[in-house]
Amino acid sequence: MSTWNDPPGGFHPISAPDYLPREQLAGIQLQRLQSVVSLAYDRQALFRGRMEGLGLTPSSIASLADIARLPFTVKTDLRDTYPFGLFACPMEDIVRLHASSGTTGKPIVVAYTQADLDVWSEVMVRSFVACGMHRGDVIQNAYGYGLFTGGLGAHYGGEALGATVIPISGGNTERQLMVMEDFGVTAICCTPSYFLHLIESAKDTKTDLSKLRVGVFGAEPWSDSMRERIQDESGIRAHDIYGLSEIIGPGVGIECVEQRGLHIFEDHFYPEIVDSETGEALPDGAEGELVLTTLSKQAMPLIRYRTRDVTAIMTEQCACGRTLRRIRRIGRRSDDMFIIRGVNVFPSQVETALLRVEGTLPHYQIILTREVGLDQMEVKVEVTPEVFSDEIRKLEALQQQLGASIENVLGIRVKVTLVGPRSLARSEGKARRVSDLRSL
Amino acid sequence: MKLQQLSLFLENRPGQLREPCEALAAAGIDLLTMSLADTSQFGILRFIVRDPERAKQVLQDAGMIVRMTEVVPVEVDNEPGGLARALIAIEDAGLGVEYMYDFGAASRGGKAAIVFRFENPDAALAALSAAGIRVLPMEELLPK
Repeated sequence: MSTWNDPPGGFHPISAPDYLPREQLAGIQLQRLQSVVSLAYDRQALFRGRMEGLGLTPSSIASLADIARLPFTVKTDLRDTYPFGLFACPMEDIVRLHASSGTTGKPIVVAYTQADLDVWSEVMVRSFVACGMHRGDVIQNAYGYGLFTGGLGAHYGGEALGATVIPISGGNTERQLMVMEDFGVTAICCTPSYFLHLIESAKDTKTDLSKLRVGVFGAEPWSDSMRERIQDESGIRAHDIYGLSEIIGPGVGIECVEQRGLHIFEDHFYPEIVDSETGEALPDGAEGELVLTTLSKQAMPLIRYRTRDVTAIMTEQCACGRTLRRIRRIGRRSDDMFIIRGVNVFPSQVETALLRVEGTLPHYQIILTREVGLDQMEVKVEVTPEVFSDEIRKLEALQQQLGASIENVLGIRVKVTLVGPRSLARSEGKARRVSDLRSL
Repeated sequence: MKLQQLSLFLENRPGQLREPCEALAAAGIDLLTMSLADTSQFGILRFIVRDPERAKQVLQDAGMIVRMTEVVPVEVDNEPGGLARALIAIEDAGLGVEYMYDFGAASRGGKAAIVFRFENPDAALAALSAAGIRVLPMEELLPK
C-alpha cells in the first residue's frame, strides 16, 4: 500500500517485487509455477491430456528449468475450447470476462477471479510507477472501454495508483483535446498512432498540452523512431506497455524511465524465448518467440502460451535498479498476424470475408499505411473472370460488398481496390499477403 | 442482329491500355469501335471486332480477363432528334439502357450507328423492330 503521506514520485511500496534479489524471485517463481501447473492439471482437461501424453505430472516440475518440459498452449486452444473450456474455476468465483477483438466468428474469452483482477491492478500500478507516474497525476484513459482489456486494465490500475482517472475511452478527438487542456491532464493512455493523431490535431486547434508529461502507449507495434517523433513533437515521455488479453491484458511488461527494453513482471508472468519453428528453448539474448506462463492466474491459467511475438530477453541489469529482466521492444510476429487500430488481424480472416462474397478466393494483398497518425488498411483484390462485369455499377457493387464483408469480419473499415488479373506480386507462386508500409 | 462485344478490366494507371492494344495488333485484329468507361479507381474497355472469339483467345492468352456480352447496333437518323426517336421507342417498351456508344465507322448515307447494351437484348430487338427501327447486321458495320 502507498499511504497518504508518501511523497508523489517517490518509491512506491507496491513496486517492491521489481527489486527482489534474483534468487529470491526464482524461489517465488518456482513455488508459483508448481502450484499453477497443479491447478491447470486438475481443472483443464486439455492441459491434463497433454501432460499425460508426455508422461508428466505436476510433480515433474522440480526446478524452474523443468518448465521447458511442459507442453505449449496456443491461440487456437482458446478458440477450440470456446467459450469457457479453459476456465479453472467455477463461475461463482469468476468476477469478470473479457474477449478478444476482431477475430473470425467466435472471439477468445478470458476470465478473472477477484484475485486475478487484484494482480492485474497491481501490475498496472507497477507499470505506471515505472513510468514515473504517481498520486496526483491526472490520467486520460483513451483506450477503448469494453470487452477489450486495454480500457478497464488502465482504468483500475490508475485508480489503484491513486491517480485521477478520466475514463474518456477512444475516439472523439475534439473532446479528447478539450478535456486534456481543461482538466490539466498529465498522463495519457492510448495507442501510439492515436496519440500522434491527437498531437497533430492539437496543433491545428492550438490546444495547450504543456501539463502533459507521460504517455503509456500500447496495443499496437511501434518503434524508437516513432517514440522520438512523439517526444519531440509533444514534449512528453513516451513509454511502451506490453500485454495480451490471454495472459492478463496490458501490464505484462513496461518500459521504465530508462526506455531500454520492457521489464516483465516476472513474479506473475514467466517469460521464455523459443525457436518459433522447433519450439526449442533459446538462451537469453537470442531472438525468438516469446512464451509466457501465468504464475498466479487463477480463473484461466495458461502454461507456456505462445505469444507469436518475436523478441529477445536482455541480459544486462537495468540502470533503473529493477532486477526484473527485460525484453526488447516487439517489432514483428512469428505468424502473419498484424495489429491495426488495436485489432488483431490474421490474413485468413480477410480470406474468409473475400470468400463469402466471391465464392472462390481471389488473389489479394493487404497494404497497411499510416496517414496522419492513423493506421489505414487497404485490400487490393484481383478481378477474376467470375466476377468481372462490363458494367461499372456491378463492379462498384462488388467493391462495396467486399468492403462490407471485411468490415463485418474484422470490425474495422477498410478500403477495397479492384486490380487487374495477375497484377499482384507473387513470390515463388505464393502471393505476399501483407505489405506493411507503416513507418513505425 | 446482336453483336458480341468484348470488355476488359483496366486499372487506373498509365500503360494499362497499351497492353491489350498491342496484343490485338500482334494478332492482326482490327478494332471496329470501342468505348472506355472510367471511374476514379478502374476502367472498363469495351470494343467490337470482326472475330470476337479469336480476339478473346488472344487476350486471354496474354493473361487478361475478357468478358463477352451481347450488344445491339442500332441505326438512327444522323440528324438532330435521330437518337431521341430511337430512345423514345426503347423507353416506350419499358427497357433499360445500361450504356451506349457511337459506332462511328459504320455511319453512312445520313444514318449513324449506335451500340446499345440493354439489360434484356432480346426484348430490345423485338421492341425496336416493332417500332420500325433498324438493327444493323455485321456486314453493314464493317468499314468499306
